[in-house]
Amino acid sequence: MTKAVPVAVRQKFRLYVAGRAPNSTRAVANIKAICAEHFASHHDLEIVDMLEVPLRALADGIVVTPTLVRFSPLPELRVIGTLADTHEVLLALGK
Amino acid sequence: MKVHSPQAVATKTSTGIRGFDEITEGGLAKGRTTLVMGGAGCGKTVFALQSLAAGANTAKEPGIFVAFEEPVRQILANAASFGWDLVNLSKKKIFFFDARLSPDIVKAGEFDLVGMLGMLKAKVQEIGAKRIVFDGIDVLLSLLDDPNAERREVYRIRDWMSEMGLTGIITQKVGAHEDERRHSFLQFMVDCVVILRHQVDDGTAFRSLRIMKYRGSSFSGGEFPITLDTRGMSLSHRGPVELAYKVSNERISSGLSRLDTMLSGGYFRGSIILVSGAPGTAKSTLSGLFAEAACERGERTLYVSFDEGADQISRNLRSVGIRLAPHRRSGLLKMFSTRTHGRNIDEQFIALQEMVLAFEPRCLVVDPFSTLSSKNVHHAAVDTAQQFLDFLKTRQITVVNTSLMDGLATTNEATATAISTVADTWIHLSYFAQDGERNRALTIVKSRGMGHSNQVRELTLSEKGVDLADVFISQGKVLMGVARWEWEQRELEQEKRGRLASDQRRLQLEIAQAEAVARIEVMKKEMDGRDAELARLLKTVGAAATLFDSDRAVLKKMRRADEDAGPHAKTRPTKKHPIKPAKVRR
Repeated sequence: MTKAVPVAVRQKFRLYVAGRAPNSTRAVANIKAICAEHFASHHDLEIVDMLEVPLRALADGIVVTPTLVRFSPLPELRVIGTLADTHEVLLALGK
Repeated sequence: MKVHSPQAVATKTSTGIRGFDEITEGGLAKGRTTLVMGGAGCGKTVFALQSLAAGANTAKEPGIFVAFEEPVRQILANAASFGWDLVNLSKKKIFFFDARLSPDIVKAGEFDLVGMLGMLKAKVQEIGAKRIVFDGIDVLLSLLDDPNAERREVYRIRDWMSEMGLTGIITQKVGAHEDERRHSFLQFMVDCVVILRHQVDDGTAFRSLRIMKYRGSSFSGGEFPITLDTRGMSLSHRGPVELAYKVSNERISSGLSRLDTMLSGGYFRGSIILVSGAPGTAKSTLSGLFAEAACERGERTLYVSFDEGADQISRNLRSVGIRLAPHRRSGLLKMFSTRTHGRNIDEQFIALQEMVLAFEPRCLVVDPFSTLSSKNVHHAAVDTAQQFLDFLKTRQITVVNTSLMDGLATTNEATATAISTVADTWIHLSYFAQDGERNRALTIVKSRGMGHSNQVRELTLSEKGVDLADVFISQGKVLMGVARWEWEQRELEQEKRGRLASDQRRLQLEIAQAEAVARIEVMKKEMDGRDAELARLLKTVGAAATLFDSDRAVLKKMRRADEDAGPHAKTRPTKKHPIKPAKVRR
C-alpha cells in the first residue's frame, strides 16, 4: 500500500549573472541561501554568466542582471534583482 | 542663432534627416551620445530609427536598436510607411533588441545592465555596429526606481558606448511631471541634447525640433518645424540666412493690361505677389489671369489650390474668359489641389517645395497661401512660409499668392506685418456695398521698386473677360457699378443740358443782335427822314427871310430912309433908337 505523500515538485532554477558585478554576486549568495532553506534537496540551480555566453542569454530573452528564471514547474517565472527581498522571492515562487 | 565653439568635433555622422544635418553642420557627433527628449508622439523613435537606417543604408554603419518601451514588432510595423526597408535591414544591418521587461516580472532587489551590455557587446562585434539607440530610457529609469541606481545605470550605458566607440542616441519621454527634473542629469551627461515638441494649434498639428546643446560643435539654436512624410522626418531650416538672391528687372504681365499699366509695366520676374481680399472678390480670377498669361508666354506654371479641385477652378475661370484647359493639356500648366484642414503647415510647405523641385515652374500660384492670413498661426510656421518664399526667390520663380482677408484694417497686426515683409507687390480686393450692390474694388497696397497707381479701380467680370474700370469719386464717395453708371449718365445729361442752354443763349443773343441791327436801320431811316424834313424846313425859312428883306427895302424906300443909317438901318428899331418916322428935311 502506498500512501499518497505529497511529493515535492523539483524546482529548476537558472540564475543569469554578469561576472562579478556586485548585484550578481549578491544574487548568487541569496539564491543559494533560499534554495538551501526552502527547497532543500529538490532543486537544480544553474548559474549562467552572461558575459561568458552572451548570445545564449540573448536567445533566452534576458534583459537585466541578475535575473532568476524558474522554468520548472510551469509556468515559467522570472524574478529580477539581487533577491535580497526573500519574502518577495518566495511569494513569487508560490511558497 | 549660431553658437560657435573653438573646438569643433572633427567627424560627424549623417542622420538622414533633411535639415538636421545642415543645422548641425554634419549631423551627430561620431562616437558621442545624443539625448532626444520630448513628449509622447513627438517623433523621438522616428528620429532614432531614421538615423540608424541612414547609417545602415548610406554610411555603411550597422546599428543596434534597444527597445525599452515598444515591442520590436510594433516598431517595425510603425516605421513600415517610411520606406527605409527596416524589415530587410533588421536581418543583417540593424539588430533590434527587445529590452522590455514583462509587466508581471517580479522585482526582488537591485538590478543592473551589466549583463545586457555584455550581450550587446557581443552583438556589436558580430555585426560591426557603429551606432546604437536606447529607445525609451525613461521606462528603464522608472523600473530602477531609485535615483542612485538610475544615475549609475545611465552612466554605465554612456561609458560603455564611449568604450565601444559607438555613436549613441538615447531617447527619453518627458512629461509635465517632476521626473523631468529628477532625470535632468541625463542632459548634463550627454554631448548633445535635442528637444522635440508636438503641439496642436487651431486644429493643426505642429511639430518642432530644437537643439539645446551640442558640445564642441556650432549649431543653430532656433526652433525648427519638422514634418513627417514617406521619407521620414525632415526639418525645414532657414535656407540662405542672407537674402542675396538675384533680382530681375524683367516685367511680366499680370494678365490684365490695365493692371500692368497701374503697376507701370507688370509684375517683376521672381517677385512675390500677394492678392488679398474677402471671399468672392475674384482673387482666384486674378491668379487665373496670371497663370494664363504665363502659359501664353510659354512658361511652365504650377497652380496649387487648397480650396477647390483643379477642374472646378478651370471651369469657373472659363466663365470669365480665362482658358486654362489647353495649357493643362499641353503640359505647360500643372494644377494641383489639396485640402489644408488638419494638415501640418510645415508638411504643406515641404510638399509644395518638392512639387516645385519636381515640376520646375517659372510661375507659381498658391491659392490660398493661408498661413499668411490665419490669425492663430504659430510664429515658426510663418518662418517656414518665409523660408518657402525665399526658396522661390532664389529660383526666380514669380509667385502669386492669394490670402483671405476681410479688410486691411481688421487684419491681425502681426499677420499684416508678416505679409508686408514678404510680399513685393500687394494687391487688395474688396467689396464696395452701395445702393444695393456689391462691386469689386482693386487697390495696390504696395509694390516694391516700381511706380504704381494709388487709385482704386473697379474690377468687372463678364463672360467677355475681366477688366478694370475707372471709378468716380463724387462728394468724397467712390462710385461703382450702377452708381457709377448712373453718375456717368447724369454727367452726360448735364453736359447735354449745358449744351442746349448755351445754344439757346446764342440764339437769344443772335436775335438781340438782329434786333439791334434792325433797330439801327429803322433809326437810320428815321434820321434820313428827319434830315430831309430839316432841309425842307430850312429852305422854307430862307425864302421867308428873303421876302422879309425885300419887303423892308420896299418900306425904306417908301419912307426915304437914310441910306447911311448903316447896318442899324437893317435892325429892328430899339427904344434907344426907336424906329420913328425919319425927320423930314424941309
